[in-house]
Amino acid sequence: MSTFYFIAFLSIFFSILVISAKNPVHSILYLILTFFTFTIHYILMNAQFLAIVNFIVYMGAILVLFLYTLMLINLNKESEPVKPFMVKIAAVFGGGVLAVALVSSLKSLGVSDPVVLKNPELGLVKNLGKVLFNEFLLPFEVSSVLLLSAMVGAVLLATKDPQETKATI
Amino acid sequence: MESLTQTIQAVPLNHYILLSAIIFSIGVMGVLLRRNAIVIFMSVELMLNSVNLLLTAFSVYRGDASGQVFVFFIMALAAAEVAVGLAIIVMIYRNTNSIDINVLNRLKW
Repeated sequence: MSTFYFIAFLSIFFSILVISAKNPVHSILYLILTFFTFTIHYILMNAQFLAIVNFIVYMGAILVLFLYTLMLINLNKESEPVKPFMVKIAAVFGGGVLAVALVSSLKSLGVSDPVVLKNPELGLVKNLGKVLFNEFLLPFEVSSVLLLSAMVGAVLLATKDPQETKATI
Repeated sequence: MESLTQTIQAVPLNHYILLSAIIFSIGVMGVLLRRNAIVIFMSVELMLNSVNLLLTAFSVYRGDASGQVFVFFIMALAAAEVAVGLAIIVMIYRNTNSIDINVLNRLKW
């Protein structure tokens, strides 16, 4: 039980560091740590499949993509542009108001039952695969189309126009 | 695995909702606070992840595997979104030589 609170504290701590770090590279490294604590949360809930997917897809693929883009973009000439102080205060205030609204609406719910894993097989690959390929077969296939279109779109966006390149040469 | 699943026995569902709400608000704060487009993008990822965690907690609470399958779909969607978004950021950088979002304030009109 105390493991959950410790890991939850670490998640909040690292996610605050993500948005407050001056250097974007540090920001990405803190985001990796945050996602690692999320993986631990999944393991604590015995959602092993999601833990592995979170580990591989988020920490392995997405954040490497972020780092790679950041290396591609040359940021060393200027540090981060600074917002006016009042805008920062307003931003923190706005986020805080959202948090207070969510938490106070949560208070009206009263004390809930503890999260108990009734079926220990729930998050295992075997069980999830059966659900995924029976009930959710069509969305699964559609998501492959989504990934393909995203790949084509990303390549199309990131490559230069051929005429333009010829003109610059 | 038995010992691991024992550790969550006493955590109320409310605390999972609380954690997700706090991390979601931190993500919102990050979007409002920063001007670097990549950091804003990372804050969006943070929000997506807090929702994923909450969906998983609900799925475990209800004993229903559909929630975890939904999280899987969200992850696939996030991967696609990151690929396209980072391509757009690279293109913006190529055109304006900056990833400060204030350069794009003409999009407001």
